[in-house]
Amino acid sequence: MVIALQISSRELEHTKKYPNEKVISLGIGDTTEPLPEVITSAMSDFTLALSTHEGYRGYGAEQGNKTLRKAIAETFYRDLAVNDTEVFVSDGAQCDISRLQAYIDSSVIIGQAGDFQDGTGKYQNIEYMECGPQNHFFPDLSKTPKTDVIFFCSPHNPTGHAASREQLEHLVEFARENGSIIVYDSAYAAYITDGSPRSIYEIPGAKEVAIEVSSFSKLAGFTGVRLGWTVVPHELLFSNGFPVINDFNRIVCTCFNGASNVAQAGGLACLSPEGYKAMLSVVGYYMENANILVDTFASLGLKVYGGVNAPYVWVHFPGSSSWDRFNEILEKTHIITVPGSGFGPCGEEFIRVSAFGRRESVLEASARLKDTFLP
Amino acid sequence: MSLMNQLLTSISSSSSALLGQDHLFLTRPKNVVLPSKKSGLCKCIAAPSTEKTAYKTKVSRNENMGKLQAGYLFPEIARRRAAHMLKYPDAQVISLGIGDTTEPIPEVIASAMAKRSNSLATIEGYSGYGAEQGEKLLRAKVASTFYANLGIEEDDVFISDGAKSDISRLQVLFGSDVTMAVQDPSYPAYVDSGVIMGQTGRYQNNVGYAHIEYMKCTPENGFFPDLSAVSRTDVIFFCSPNNPTGSAASRDQLSQLVQFAKDNGTIIIYDSAYALYMSDDTPKSIFEIPGAKEVAIEISSFSKYAGFTGVRLGWTVIPKELQFSDGFPVAKDFNRIVCTCFNGASNIAQAGGLACLSPAGLEGMQEVIGFYKENTRIIVETFQSLGFNVYGGKNAPYVWVHFPGQSSWDVFGEILEKTHVVTTPGSGFGPGGEGFIRVSAFGHRANVLEACRRFKELYK
Repeated sequence: MVIALQISSRELEHTKKYPNEKVISLGIGDTTEPLPEVITSAMSDFTLALSTHEGYRGYGAEQGNKTLRKAIAETFYRDLAVNDTEVFVSDGAQCDISRLQAYIDSSVIIGQAGDFQDGTGKYQNIEYMECGPQNHFFPDLSKTPKTDVIFFCSPHNPTGHAASREQLEHLVEFARENGSIIVYDSAYAAYITDGSPRSIYEIPGAKEVAIEVSSFSKLAGFTGVRLGWTVVPHELLFSNGFPVINDFNRIVCTCFNGASNVAQAGGLACLSPEGYKAMLSVVGYYMENANILVDTFASLGLKVYGGVNAPYVWVHFPGSSSWDRFNEILEKTHIITVPGSGFGPCGEEFIRVSAFGRRESVLEASARLKDTFLP
Repeated sequence: MSLMNQLLTSISSSSSALLGQDHLFLTRPKNVVLPSKKSGLCKCIAAPSTEKTAYKTKVSRNENMGKLQAGYLFPEIARRRAAHMLKYPDAQVISLGIGDTTEPIPEVIASAMAKRSNSLATIEGYSGYGAEQGEKLLRAKVASTFYANLGIEEDDVFISDGAKSDISRLQVLFGSDVTMAVQDPSYPAYVDSGVIMGQTGRYQNNVGYAHIEYMKCTPENGFFPDLSAVSRTDVIFFCSPNNPTGSAASRDQLSQLVQFAKDNGTIIIYDSAYALYMSDDTPKSIFEIPGAKEVAIEISSFSKYAGFTGVRLGWTVIPKELQFSDGFPVAKDFNRIVCTCFNGASNIAQAGGLACLSPAGLEGMQEVIGFYKENTRIIVETFQSLGFNVYGGKNAPYVWVHFPGQSSWDVFGEILEKTHVVTTPGSGFGPGGEGFIRVSAFGHRANVLEACRRFKELYK
């Protein structure tokens, strides 16, 4: 991500300027908590087995280990009629997004986006669906022109909003009317606390219009281990009736060679009863961080969004430039956040604060913010 | 315990068994039409659906996907193998088809990965996102191990999850308007990824895809193309030691290639995945050739060195000197691709990679490579003793056997049927592979010996 590079270089600049200050990073959404042992020991056992005759494994199926595919289908899509044959294990959602040729940055690369227009801050051929407090962070679909593909992330990075069942029914209906394909990013589904839908397939009819992308990164702390999945339902067809899954399978077999078998061993352990429980307790740890951050910013008199269904807190500074607010926070409290404009034009006036971090750091950040900004 | 068993019981490519060619059985969708907003009616159809009533989106299929001929080669081989095993459940099928490593990973490497896995459970040892270009130490070690004195630095090295993924990332880098040349025969990923990107026209039987420059590599030309007969293209994919022919280009030949690229302003993508299998003094890296840094990218992999076919680790080298026609450094764009379309190789795999390049790791890898080379020698000797013209096998773990005048799929089928040994038909690697069979030398020694015994029975 480009914004990540910009943040990194600002951080570097800042630490050079203030070598004695402890910079706290609530910027890039990088997990910080160690992995549960039940998961790491499964991975270490697997790697040691690779040095034995019985345990050695070469190429795996490009679509992923069958047992893992089944476990993903059963854990996340039970009762939603998603079959293990529709689950493709990846080395993370970021990679599969490109394999699906989607999102702003990579669709620029693929050539779908047209030229960037400095005035609007948008790429020409992309339809930007505004999400803000004014529309409850769900786009006004009646004003949205038809496109072939709709990228929809829920719970949302960066706003933290989880779309309601009603909103998703509306989205599915919209896609159906227009013959569009939804690419639904559910990477933060495990963070939902209010009963909002965790998968697009909870919505009737979604299997004929949606692909779902997800990841173990924020679910299991696998940001470095690299593991995710994509669901392409058998029912999803191109306009000529050709199944999308056939082409996705061909891409996966040609442009990829499967996720690391070690990461997949870890993934299976994550989905064991013990592993799953341990994983969710780490998620709970980050959500407690989020609570603290929500309270902190609210206590400063700011309008705060998110932090309930996602590990991101979306703070509104009406009338402000997000880079100015980012710089002010960094300069005065030595806390790294992310300026909202890095996510698109409607991010202007907002700051994203990520809830990943050690509890002590989050508490210290909270104290600094209150000390500095409380009247 | 059960987790391990579950993982260890997985068989080869399930894709092929399930999907066959491009056809997939359709799960019948539920026959319920969503309620119409206007009338509030819900229509339920009890009869089984057919293609006609199945909902279709209005998104056009990417027509480039439609140009691909059948499935990717190796899942096709796996499918045939699986079908054969169903037909002959008691036969001991031996796989010398897909070039899949079989021997255990050296302990020093496996234990480094175990150590890294365990450290992820500790506060001090936990790491999240790594640099997309790879861990600094590993990049530096790759540069110093494989490119010492060649002027390749740490930041010219990009760590990948394997050469196959980087081949496609490089295609994305170049876009759909470039023209490509490949050796004929060649590793199928170069051509297939080019087709997917829209660089080619339609396929013609026995000719190949339109707009691709196929550089024939045959026994007659010593498996090095006659460059004077090759039209200019933007990109040339060149694999040496070669998969599937096993031929390694000489210093002189590579100098010609570099000159050819210089004269034409072309970029070479040099696949050196089998470099350590060389038995003679031929160059292991394209960058050994003066001037190559201005015209070449090199890709490589730990797959066939360390048995990392499942672990997934490789690298790509893009010299700073390599520029597009407008002077823009190619490495800068590749870096952007890597930061946008990728999120780095698995940290555990990278820990393994670092151990591979330690003295003990390098020694361990050489032992495994030596083992597969001995397999190769046995296979070469077998086919030679049967009177075949045999190529390769000296600098690569592949033996390229000539069956003049025969269809390679027919020979593949006959060998499979009569000896229960899986090989790979040469035409799967391009029109220039017709009339040849590739026998891969990855396998347990006992299986290789048994396969050779069966070949001798069949062809005596």
